Amino acid sequence: MKVSLVVNGAPREVEGGPLRRLLDVLREDLALTGTKEGCGEGECGACTVLIDGEPVNSCLVPLAQAAGREVRTVEALASGELLTDLQEALVRCGGTQCGICTPGIAVCATAALAREPGADRLRLRELLAGNLCRCTGYQLVIDAVAEVVARRADATDAGAAPPLPARTAPTAPGQAGPGVGSRGAAP
Amino acid sequence: MSGATPTRTPAPAWLRPATLADALAARAAHPDWLVVAGGTDVMVGSTRRPEPPGVLDLFGLAELSAITEGPDGLCVGAGATYAALLRHPTVRDRFPCLHEAAREVGALQIQARGTLGGNVQTSSPVGDTLPPLLALDAEVEVASAARGPRRVPYAAWITSYRKTALATDELLVAVHLPWPAPGTRQRWRKVGTRKAQAISKVMLAATARLEGDGPGRPGTIAHARVALGAVADRPVRLPTVEALLVGASPDPALAERVREAVRAAITPITDVRSTADYRREVAANLVARFVLDLAAPALPGADPGAGGAP
Repeated sequence: MKVSLVVNGAPREVEGGPLRRLLDVLREDLALTGTKEGCGEGECGACTVLIDGEPVNSCLVPLAQAAGREVRTVEALASGELLTDLQEALVRCGGTQCGICTPGIAVCATAALAREPGADRLRLRELLAGNLCRCTGYQLVIDAVAEVVARRADATDAGAAPPLPARTAPTAPGQAGPGVGSRGAAP
Repeated sequence: MSGATPTRTPAPAWLRPATLADALAARAAHPDWLVVAGGTDVMVGSTRRPEPPGVLDLFGLAELSAITEGPDGLCVGAGATYAALLRHPTVRDRFPCLHEAAREVGALQIQARGTLGGNVQTSSPVGDTLPPLLALDAEVEVASAARGPRRVPYAAWITSYRKTALATDELLVAVHLPWPAPGTRQRWRKVGTRKAQAISKVMLAATARLEGDGPGRPGTIAHARVALGAVADRPVRLPTVEALLVGASPDPALAERVREAVRAAITPITDVRSTADYRREVAANLVARFVLDLAAPALPGADPGAGGAP
């Protein structure tokens, strides 16, 4: 079946059986390899993407259920090489080790912070519980996300826009896509 | 199955009905099709299985997604997601043991797509929302195009390991939860390897209502339901334990008798997630603790129906 969907702001048409995994369509047909396959069973969250703004495991989404939906992957978080404040914080705090879980964490945390901008550390742990890190680097991940919560709150208190990322980060394969469409640097 | 060289067969047909009537007609016409809602169970391992001839997609079907309050209780559409359950204030206030189970069944990614009906139909022994359905005296509503709707008490829903009373021309429509009597306390406990996103080793869902209780007086237990998950081929109620509780006063002596009764009532297995001994002891402890906590006064300000520790 032919399926039309919007991926990172651009309308795309893809082909495949209805039960084909959205994960495979993104990686194989659309070359968006920032989305990783970890367990392939919905346990680890490495394949997290946003569908209509909600974080989901793309390994469990049949292609047919993505029809007409807006899908956002890790490639659409940064503006070209300009990382979001969250990505910047993950880099600065060392919230990434081998890196396989990092795209899923960045995507899930982006959605979680949009939904609950005032989440405390305990709540952040709950919001990110669906993203496993086999290097067990959770502490630094939570440090990074908590720092973003604090900085955005400071910026809001001061009535100013949150500080933009201070520098461009080195690009990693699959992490700095063309930056098509919607930006992740909100709010 | 020869997973390495899958036979090339035509891609499955796909149908996304707009109404329940259309869905029931499609189910009757294609009993061999895969029924999918959020996909969090049926998509696991999908690439290693032969594809079904067709797929009936019920995710987001409005008639199956609603959570509605009626005079007798709450009706939760089979397609209601865990996220929808978590957002619903009545589920939180009146059915806290189901609310807590939905909160622990998985993280955001699973909650966004997994449905109560999916958990009920997959009918895994470790399905987190299933012990609460036993403890809450839930009924399952199914329907077929030919015979219309019927209700099955959840206690009779599972017929064997991962098998349910659903006929091949029926769809799961809703789960009905009768309003708990005012003052009913509820308890949900999940024990897994990890606090979050872990498959359970043991789960407890329990409810109890006391009579004649007041300051310094625990009263006697007038109603009790004790249900465990992951200790048998399906979630189980413990009638022998419930019989010990009803009419008794919650105190340490009762808790000890209950501990023994739980040990005697279940025969869990050893598998990759836990051992039989561990499961039996943890289950006994969870129920005994529930009984001991009944002796403490209900939390001040707790809503009727709520009151179990979070």
